[in-house]
Amino acid sequence: MEALALDVEKVGADVPIFSKLFNGKTLAYLDNAATSQKPKQVIEALTDFYEGYNSNIHRGVYEISERATEEYERTREAVRGFIGAGSTEEIVFTRNATESINLVARTWGESNVREGDRVLISVLEHHSNLVPWQVLCQAKHAKLEYIGIKGDGTLDMDDFKEKAGGARLLAVTQASNVLGTIVPVKEMARIARREGCTVLVDGAQSAPHMKVDVNDMGCDFFALSSHKMLGPTGVGVLYGRKDILEAMPPFNLGGDMISEVHSCSASWNELPWKFEAGTSNVADVIAFYHAISYLERMSMESVREHEMRITDYAMDRLREFGGLHLYGPADLSKRAGIIAFTMDDAHPHDIAAVLDREAVAIRSGYHCAQPLHESLSLGGTARASFYLYNTEAEVDRLVAALGKVREVLGR
Amino acid sequence: MSDEVYKEIILDHYKNPHNFRQLAEPSFKADDSNPLCGDHIELSVKVADGRVSEVGFIGKGCAISQAAASILTDLIQGKTLDELKGMEKEQLLEAMGNPDLGPVRIKCALLSLKTLKLGLYPYMSARGPTP
Repeated sequence: MEALALDVEKVGADVPIFSKLFNGKTLAYLDNAATSQKPKQVIEALTDFYEGYNSNIHRGVYEISERATEEYERTREAVRGFIGAGSTEEIVFTRNATESINLVARTWGESNVREGDRVLISVLEHHSNLVPWQVLCQAKHAKLEYIGIKGDGTLDMDDFKEKAGGARLLAVTQASNVLGTIVPVKEMARIARREGCTVLVDGAQSAPHMKVDVNDMGCDFFALSSHKMLGPTGVGVLYGRKDILEAMPPFNLGGDMISEVHSCSASWNELPWKFEAGTSNVADVIAFYHAISYLERMSMESVREHEMRITDYAMDRLREFGGLHLYGPADLSKRAGIIAFTMDDAHPHDIAAVLDREAVAIRSGYHCAQPLHESLSLGGTARASFYLYNTEAEVDRLVAALGKVREVLGR
Repeated sequence: MSDEVYKEIILDHYKNPHNFRQLAEPSFKADDSNPLCGDHIELSVKVADGRVSEVGFIGKGCAISQAAASILTDLIQGKTLDELKGMEKEQLLEAMGNPDLGPVRIKCALLSLKTLKLGLYPYMSARGPTP
């Protein structure tokens, strides 16, 4: 498929919510690190399924069930290609990236992390790649260690190299949902695996925004969420290297994940279905295919380029505005399209509330990364985060609305 | 959220909070925070002859949480302990001009009242029933 040049206006026109009015204004949606808006191709796929071939998968031998099964598995193949995995056996559907990480903690972690082991994460982690390891380490009497960051918001690689030796697991995000920091996961995976350490990469903030190749990256596990990349909520992906997934016990138990069940024993289904117990989120998985196709038509390289351009413009405009503190790497090649900031005159909650009156949607608070905020001595931040449909005009609206914040709340 | 949130009364109290101090010898004090957004309030109350004689608060956080705390300190002056105990959230919201708060920010508004009760209950039970 030949990639189309990214035409922001055209993308915007594909997303129905952008034609609605809020307080009489169109929506300047700058909370893409929380979730993305959906193009009509994805929304229509949901309606088409429920109206045209709603049925359960992997069971029925009638036409619509076979069609649903084919399309469900077609998404798996699309995900495989999208992240560069070798086989669809390595692609497991979950509810979200959080569940993908919990699956690893509760199955692989349960059988592989032992007393005295060290589990290595970074101070950048979202709670979803932190709490599962905290709880696992408490239960196993293992040690949870944090890789620090440097003053410019990038990961402290010297600290990592010191701690990597002998660690059982490295679980690290590829892009921070607060500072936007892009973490050099490929280099880290190379070092970690040389030390015999298993590597999990949280791709919730990277897979939607840049080209990902799990084979090239050299990780053992990779997690992502559909809803952050134009797809529906309720679908996540866990990529796992085949030999590791094969050795892992199942996660949830029940229908579809079994091969044979007798009154006193059961055997497990083949990969990847061993990890997909019960009726899956069929409709949303099928619709997720259309999100991946949409992104691939644009090409992830042009999505990334567009976001770098918007982020560059936004950083300049926010610096010009004055009185703001911007966090995260200044070097755009080390930064995703996320800008966390604070304002001297106003609390992040108040900023977001006043911006809302201007139909500018941003996030405020800890963004599920409280340890990171604590390490920076911040009581919360305001955060603008961009995607392929955002425009410079929306950045201008953000800056104008910040002027209103200062007008209303300035002391 | 409508324009009705940042009412004059809220902005006035936010910009110039009343009773913004910690009492030296309070009868009771308490502090609490809203973990989701980091709002924090410390409230200290002095009781004389069964009534609130002096109130102070310090804190940091959003305009709603800080203004609500300031308004609460005015509201409870001179009240009896039973009146404090029976105080409902509607009384505080009314004193704030009934801003149109959503489900998230109502917690910011009610943090100070929650903090008051947190300090009040142990103080009342230690004191025993009112004569």
